[in-house]
Amino acid sequence: MTGSTISEKILAAHSGKDKVSPGEFLNVRVDLVMANDITAPIAIREFERIGVKSVFDPKRVVMVPDHFVPNKDIPSAEQAKLMREFAWEQGVIYFEVGSGGIEHVLLPEKGLVLPGEVVVGADSHTCTYGALGAFATGMGSTDIACAMATGEIWMKVPPTIKLVYHGRAKKWVSGKDLILYTIGNIGVDGALYATMEFCGEAIDALSMDSRFTMANMAVEAGAKAGIFRIDNKTRAYLKERARRPYQAYEPDEDAHYEKIIEYDVSQIEPQVAFPHLPSNTKPISDVGEVRIDQAVIGSCTNGRIDDLQTAADVLKWMKVHPEVRCIVIPGSQEVYLEALRRGLIEIFVRAGAVVSPPTCGPCLGGHMGVLGDGERAISTTNRNFVGRMGSPDSEVYLSNPAIAAASAILGRIGSPEEIVG
Amino acid sequence: MNLKGKVHKYGANVDTDAIIPARYLNISEPGELSKHCMEGIDGEFLKRVKPGDIIVATTNFGCGSSREHAPIAIKAAGISCVIAQSFARIFFRNAINIGLPLLECAQANEIEQDDELEVALENGEISDITRNKVFKAEPYPDFMLQLISTGGLIEYTRKNIEARGSQ
Repeated sequence: MTGSTISEKILAAHSGKDKVSPGEFLNVRVDLVMANDITAPIAIREFERIGVKSVFDPKRVVMVPDHFVPNKDIPSAEQAKLMREFAWEQGVIYFEVGSGGIEHVLLPEKGLVLPGEVVVGADSHTCTYGALGAFATGMGSTDIACAMATGEIWMKVPPTIKLVYHGRAKKWVSGKDLILYTIGNIGVDGALYATMEFCGEAIDALSMDSRFTMANMAVEAGAKAGIFRIDNKTRAYLKERARRPYQAYEPDEDAHYEKIIEYDVSQIEPQVAFPHLPSNTKPISDVGEVRIDQAVIGSCTNGRIDDLQTAADVLKWMKVHPEVRCIVIPGSQEVYLEALRRGLIEIFVRAGAVVSPPTCGPCLGGHMGVLGDGERAISTTNRNFVGRMGSPDSEVYLSNPAIAAASAILGRIGSPEEIVG
Repeated sequence: MNLKGKVHKYGANVDTDAIIPARYLNISEPGELSKHCMEGIDGEFLKRVKPGDIIVATTNFGCGSSREHAPIAIKAAGISCVIAQSFARIFFRNAINIGLPLLECAQANEIEQDDELEVALENGEISDITRNKVFKAEPYPDFMLQLISTGGLIEYTRKNIEARGSQ
């Protein structure tokens, strides 16, 4: 009998089994269930059809208005209201505009997700929490309705793909570049249904914020989850946040992996994903002349303090190109406050960028930076599908925050090397 | 149950923004969502679609966001089932949960636009009447069959809760 991977161990522990194998169907106990202002309304409608009066445990259900808030129109205000009233009535954990932010930046900050836990969220980027060694996966509203009612959910145990990153990353290369490079290599369905387990010395060297970015985009390779082992950086991150004990799982040495893929990160440049797939990547040196109308720095992928610090390092004493709108979106109120303390907001404003309140906003073409016909944006977000940021005739190029900030200054996609040397 | 309809054919990686652009996620009513179904990829879809029609695609259909609005819009537009070489996993769960049948079929790429299909859900047999060919879809695992035959996830959960309550 072979050993188990991290995700197999977590799923076994949450289904009362000693060991589970890929392909097995399980009834899994969940530690946290999450929904947002666009997925909660359907989840609530379905929850009411089940016929139970209350959620399984209000301390384990979180609702976050973040997609279309502060509300952009009457229908979105009605949806947020429906969720708010349900949250108040049920007494679940709820973060109002002004006390929260983007769900996947917020929940780890608040210590609501811990290593070894199972988290399901009605948002595809729920996989972000794998950076903390949790098994976290996105589902739809009906699944979430049932998880809210019972505290359990059915799952098929995914196989695990091990991704090993060797070597030392070049300057300006972040977790975003490693994950874009990986998706470019394996494709948007390269990890379909699987868990991506990220490891290697280059991963150990990454900040927590870069690890969140990588886990966040596991779904862009079709994965069910992206997961990291926990280390001293994880423990330091959790020290002031965790309010309950947690269990860390290590993969067994003889764990079975569907595939093992190895990369030498010293060969990886900052990456840019061209329209209209996250896998359509090129190294920055191969981008050529691509003029932009907008630069977006933020989102659940890259809206954390390290991301804003990097963008500010590039934008300091510089000016945004006169033909570019540069939009900076701190991922949460905590990130916003820390950016204020560090003087980053002043750098952005002086450079001619606009700073938005925390919201998913332009990432999904919601508001706060929707693109018109023929417009082009460089963005630190996660998807560049047709029409993702607005008009079906617009284009989105994905990059890390340093490239996005440099491009905002240059008026075309470019590297900070061209500016700060 | 046999489904019969005309094919609307798409390629690989049809994402949920193509199926229902995010600007319509401020609504959740199925009939309203269906008015924008496939708008991001195919402006002619709504003019062509007739009740019972079938969407056929190649790999990774439904990739992207977790929005259940996507299968809801497809179902409410009158589509009887979706056939693809592979599906993105969240879309797969969502569709099964709300009762939109999906069939995974390795030869889905051989089916063409406007072909007439007849699909037998019990045995996964897909007959391409136009081309006089028969394809076989992957069988559902037992657990999924149980979920589908109970009437979807809400019914399944309700039954489980009742069963526990009576123990």
